[in-house]
Amino acid sequence: MSAHIRTSHAQADRLFLSGQSKIWYTLLGLAMVAAPMLLPPYYLSQIVFVLIYAIVGVAMNVLSGQAGQVSIGHAAFLAIGAYCAAVASKHGVPLPVYLLLAGVLTGLIGYLAGLPALRLHGIYLAIATLAFAFIVEEILARWESVTHGNEGLMLAKAQLFGRPLSDAGFYYLCLGVTVLVVLAAYNLTRSPTGRAFMAIRDSETAARSMGIDTAHFKTAAFAMSAGITGIAGVLYAHKLSFLSPEMFSIQVSIDFVMIIIIGGMLSLRGAVFGAIFMIMVDPLLIFLKDALPLASSAAMARFGLDGPVPQALHAGLLRVLNAPGLKSLIFGLIIILFIVFEPMGLDGRWQRFKAYLAQFPLYRPASARASRMFLKSERR
Amino acid sequence: MIDFLQQLFSGVALGCVYGLIALGFVLIYKATEVVNFAQGEVMMIGAFLSYTFISTLGLNYWLGFAMCIVCMAIIGSLIERLVVRPILGYPQFSIVMATIGLGLVLRALAGIIWGTDDLRIETPFTGGVVKVGQLVLSSDSLSIIVATAVLCAVLYAFFRFTRLGIAMQATSQNMLAAYYMGIPVKRMFSLIWSLSAAVACAAGVLLAPITLIHANLGFLGIKAFPAAVLGGFGSIPGAVAGGIVIGIVESMSGFYLPEGFKDVAAYIVVLAVLLWRPQGMFGSNAIKKV
Repeated sequence: MSAHIRTSHAQADRLFLSGQSKIWYTLLGLAMVAAPMLLPPYYLSQIVFVLIYAIVGVAMNVLSGQAGQVSIGHAAFLAIGAYCAAVASKHGVPLPVYLLLAGVLTGLIGYLAGLPALRLHGIYLAIATLAFAFIVEEILARWESVTHGNEGLMLAKAQLFGRPLSDAGFYYLCLGVTVLVVLAAYNLTRSPTGRAFMAIRDSETAARSMGIDTAHFKTAAFAMSAGITGIAGVLYAHKLSFLSPEMFSIQVSIDFVMIIIIGGMLSLRGAVFGAIFMIMVDPLLIFLKDALPLASSAAMARFGLDGPVPQALHAGLLRVLNAPGLKSLIFGLIIILFIVFEPMGLDGRWQRFKAYLAQFPLYRPASARASRMFLKSERR
Repeated sequence: MIDFLQQLFSGVALGCVYGLIALGFVLIYKATEVVNFAQGEVMMIGAFLSYTFISTLGLNYWLGFAMCIVCMAIIGSLIERLVVRPILGYPQFSIVMATIGLGLVLRALAGIIWGTDDLRIETPFTGGVVKVGQLVLSSDSLSIIVATAVLCAVLYAFFRFTRLGIAMQATSQNMLAAYYMGIPVKRMFSLIWSLSAAVACAAGVLLAPITLIHANLGFLGIKAFPAAVLGGFGSIPGAVAGGIVIGIVESMSGFYLPEGFKDVAAYIVVLAVLLWRPQGMFGSNAIKKV
């Protein structure tokens, strides 16, 4: 794959790598600003979900992609941010204040949850975050004076400067927050903190021997990631306007990890690609549920297939499509297939596609293969 | 006092199931450094197969049990071949996610094949009770405890005295050295996945009469993590001991503490253990080289 070669320090300071990408991002920005005027409300609402998932994807990217720490409990941070929003908006706190407050509070809790990360590695950390998420879910269900337990909690519409936000207004709010978060995370990768994260990701022992305070940076990564997820939680709460503990189950945490696995862990673009993919799966499934049986019976009629075998196949298809676990079947297959065949995610595929066009006759697929390490043991 | 003993007994019985699932994790982790998050789902598939063999096909309980174990051993090595082997060498996070995905797929498949109703199997122990003084012990629970003890003894003998078992130990201690000694490492991996699936299947069939069989049985696997962590994740006796501790804690907290603690007791214990002694009760602590 083509590497971007820097020839001066000024290049490292630039936000955009080249003039071309500046043009493309400007066009994307214009399209996003114009979206509420051009798109029907349903699509706008889906884009809001994409934006919220993209913020969570950025949080996962900071933690897993940059700092190399594992979490399968991020739904807990989303829940904390969301319940903060619910409680604060009930007491008349203005939105910008509790947006920040939720971020800070969730960040603090993330810092505490990251303390086990100091002594734990890969698998142990995964289990610790899993345990943390279960405990938070149970607290939310039991602390009825604040969260109303399993009955759930209604939220008023988001208010900004004393006026309720319209759908378009809420879209712009989400867009603004997403852009800020992405910029902050992008700047993080260029800062000493981000470099320290990456050093820890690649080898903790090596990072420590170069004088990086690994304990400090690992908890910092947890705190930042949790804080960003908390901010996403505020937007999520206002988007759904109803909260209950089972909305933040382990499955949601797995969805969040899927965002970066599908999108690609190594870049922020990946987080956005992954978010788009995750939001598109549901409408796609509904479409397939309607379209596939029709297509199959049409095919049977068209080719005159009426024997017992095609009938059985058709019945089997219907049974699979109407099964209650269809979504988790598809999600499970997506995870496995992406990890086995596309370990760099959608972003990796996009990069390879661009490299293929740029180096057309000379492109070699081997230059973009994911590396494997058989001898390095992660056991301790 | 009698309540306490009764709770202790049911805790130990439940803990043995956790211990058997944790044993499955530990076997795989020791040998291949992969943590199989789908172990609970593998157990669930084993329980569903027992329903098919024993209730639907009407086989004898022991014959059905043996058939389940053989089927699950084959499924275990298939999983290794199709899902795990292509991703060996990727970061551990990717492998963890792949096994989580596998768990989702297995749970959905079980729902599609066997439906979403609770299923029940008849065993020779169903309904039987043994009275010891004032204690009432159900035969189902006793069968779990006895079977766990037997299984542990068999596994111990297997790893200690057979060529295959010693080859597996060598593979788990140092893959490369084992390969140089002429041990077929890839085949060992397949066999270890079979063995672990067979152990999980035994847990599933033993548990089936107590909890009924349903597609969410796999979530028990998540509770077996605390058991494995408690035991140090690399130690076979540790896994069973950890399972029993978790079972007792859960059963006691369900009885003596307010509602809600039962479900999270295992996780509170595991967080405490990870903070206080991350290598578990039996584990050793070696730092990874660069």
